[in-house]
Amino acid sequence: MTQLLSEILTKYNYWIYITLMMIGLYAMIAKNNLVKKIVGMNIFQTAIILFYVSIGSKKGGTIPIIKHDHGAASHVVHAAEYINPLPHVLMLTAIVVSVATLGVALALAIKIYHRYQSLEEDEILAQIREK
Amino acid sequence: MIWQLDLAILTLVVVTAVGAIYIKDLLGTAILFGAYSFLMCLLWSIMGAVDVAFTEASVGAGVSTVFFVGAVFRTTRRTKD
Repeated sequence: MTQLLSEILTKYNYWIYITLMMIGLYAMIAKNNLVKKIVGMNIFQTAIILFYVSIGSKKGGTIPIIKHDHGAASHVVHAAEYINPLPHVLMLTAIVVSVATLGVALALAIKIYHRYQSLEEDEILAQIREK
Repeated sequence: MIWQLDLAILTLVVVTAVGAIYIKDLLGTAILFGAYSFLMCLLWSIMGAVDVAFTEASVGAGVSTVFFVGAVFRTTRRTKD
């Protein structure tokens, strides 16, 4: 029991990432307002990015910039001392993509509002069914 | 990585996420989402991902919040849930 508890407590960050991801999923599915759905989508994306970046971080590691850069060719680089930069680079792309997705989604929401005079999903569906 | 700071900011991140989902005003949602992005940026600088942190600070907390506020002013602040 105590072993299970310590197993949970030492990995507390992963549990919080899953919580964030479920908050985003709940907002995407259950919320009625289109802007809140978009906020939920963004929370989902940042939870995944957070998970990937936390995989790369290590205890006692420094940021991934080579020390003693002048004359670096004569130094041996110990990769174990640095935090793994590969997830950072991949997630940098994901952040830019998420902002592009946000812009397109908000533009579509504005278009929907101008046509139906509402951002609520049920009101829009009722107007579509009337026609 | 300082775990006390990490845990405190993670708790604040969850609180702002739930607040952004539940507040009954879309401008409030936009502002709380900006706070969420900024806390996310702090979290990444704690983890040592400085490039991701400053991209998030400019693109996530800056441009996303401007997009949300712009969209709210072009549409409406009213929301039912």
